[in-house]
Amino acid sequence: MHSYLDFETSIAELEGKIAELKALAGGSVPISDEVKGLEKKAAKSLADLYVNLSPWQKAQVARHPDRPHTIDYLQGLITEFSPLSGDRKFGNDQAIIGGLGRFRDSPVMAIGLEKGHDTQSRLKHNFGMARPEGYRKAVRLMELADRFGLPVVSFIDTAGAYPGIEAEERGQAEAIARSTDCCLGLGVPLVAVIIGEGGSGGAIALAAANSVLMLEHAIYSVISPEGAASILWHDAGRAKDAASAMRITAQDLKRLGIIDDIVPEPVGGAHRGPSETVAATGDAIARALNSLRELAPDALRAHRRDKFLAIGSSLPG
Amino acid sequence: MNWIKNFVRPKIRGLLGAKREVPENMWIKDPETGQMVFYRDLEANQFVVPGSGYHMRMAPDIRLKSMFDDATYQTITLPQVAVDPLKFRDERRYLDRLKESKQKTGQDDAVLAGSGTLDGLQVVIAVQDFAFMGGSLGMAAGEAIIVAMRTAVQKRCPFVLFASSGGARMQEGILSLMQMPRTTLGVRELRAAGLPYVVVLTHPTTGGVTASYAMLGDIHIAEPGALIGFAGPRVIEQTLGVKLPEGFQRAEYLEEHGMVDMVVHRHQLRGTLSRILRILTKEPPLPPLEKAEDSGDKSEEPAALAPAETD
Repeated sequence: MHSYLDFETSIAELEGKIAELKALAGGSVPISDEVKGLEKKAAKSLADLYVNLSPWQKAQVARHPDRPHTIDYLQGLITEFSPLSGDRKFGNDQAIIGGLGRFRDSPVMAIGLEKGHDTQSRLKHNFGMARPEGYRKAVRLMELADRFGLPVVSFIDTAGAYPGIEAEERGQAEAIARSTDCCLGLGVPLVAVIIGEGGSGGAIALAAANSVLMLEHAIYSVISPEGAASILWHDAGRAKDAASAMRITAQDLKRLGIIDDIVPEPVGGAHRGPSETVAATGDAIARALNSLRELAPDALRAHRRDKFLAIGSSLPG
Repeated sequence: MNWIKNFVRPKIRGLLGAKREVPENMWIKDPETGQMVFYRDLEANQFVVPGSGYHMRMAPDIRLKSMFDDATYQTITLPQVAVDPLKFRDERRYLDRLKESKQKTGQDDAVLAGSGTLDGLQVVIAVQDFAFMGGSLGMAAGEAIIVAMRTAVQKRCPFVLFASSGGARMQEGILSLMQMPRTTLGVRELRAAGLPYVVVLTHPTTGGVTASYAMLGDIHIAEPGALIGFAGPRVIEQTLGVKLPEGFQRAEYLEEHGMVDMVVHRHQLRGTLSRILRILTKEPPLPPLEKAEDSGDKSEEPAALAPAETD
């Protein structure tokens, strides 16, 4: 059973009815024409709905509790995974996880922001909001990868870096800045995938990459729609308007030249087909890594530099 | 289009004869103590409130004049960028907000940069203007920072940044977020060229600016009492539902927590910068006579503080 989003009530009703009819008929009876008809109708409504998702609806899909998270991508794509812990300075922030492994047989360093999937794991991962030690761990892992010539793959899924007293105390801003700086200086390929929410500085710290991929219904923005609404409209309830105005969808960001590729999601969103989503993401990562394979360390740095410096230069206005 | 391509922009100030917000014969209120100060007294004291020592904001051209020898510098021509590419509108149109800030400050955007000499040493200095949409970092400001840093690289001289910003300019959406890695690339170019990069953090500096180039300096200097942080205090209070401790995220707090090298009173700032930059560039020390001029705490030469002439 899915958790349905607000705008999915018609789908929820149809699918509820189908489940009910199936239960009434019992397992032995062949599925009636009525059920088949309903299933067809539900599939069509779902497809229609998801083709035309508004930016705010996408934000909700991107935050769907059943959406595959970094842990699912690590499990699905990385073999022989050896998690690595700690920043060697202060602690081990579980909002950022990472480690050594093999991606389609080739050694890589995989790093990602993890939100957690139930109360206990959400608390453990601090809802995917990293503290300075998280970013410093990421830097440590990226530098390790650089030293041993391993490509880095990062998975981005965060509402933003943690805005807390102790995070400030330990230099949240500096930690983010150094992490972005580290990304830009890597002599190995860096591929970033925005899998859910790409929230502000907390996201860019791991996404200043040679190739930035984004899932079809993921969002990537300078501030959350709620945050922008409360600052610019003085009303957090205007998040829907903020989501539209800021251009946070993969489709808009591809047009603006911010991301390189969009990874398609199954009809109804990644949460309706997690393994399919993870596999499609794997294919996109493989393509991106393959295109960077021939580049020497300096060429990789130049590639990243030119890519980011070019952003905005071809916009009209 | 090549981003390096420079366009000479109309001198809005010249055309409109725009005036600074504060008439010179006005009384200014110290935001902390409520003390009233005569504008001219404030100006003569580098905008530090004489009694309380509160460091008021300084207009970017006045700041540049206060740093360069003989209050003279060459303005660095900043490139034109796409204006309002998202056609953004919140309660008001972004274009209207921009227009208003331009009129209010007489500047094209939130960064002003100049090159000149500081105690004879060639330097490039960029200043962020909080009065221009909270000093927010958008495409224009990001490009300005990069161009100023590259000017320092071309001139093979140190780069000094006076930071002041509420963070990213939300009206430019993701394009403002992209200025974080873009400006970081500028820092990397300074580093690769072996040139000193000194950040002076002024009140207030938060958000995407601290989380990128403003926290990547070789040396971090903060002005007394300046608010410096990643998340603004209001965001933290709202998120956590707590009252923040006194002095939280202030310059002195950051020094205590290892994020800035020193907190320097504005009267000593020029001398401090001069001393540090001369050491980093292996220049000989200034002769004692000139040095004495800068070490006095209240007697910065008034020539450097004369009212800004509009250019």
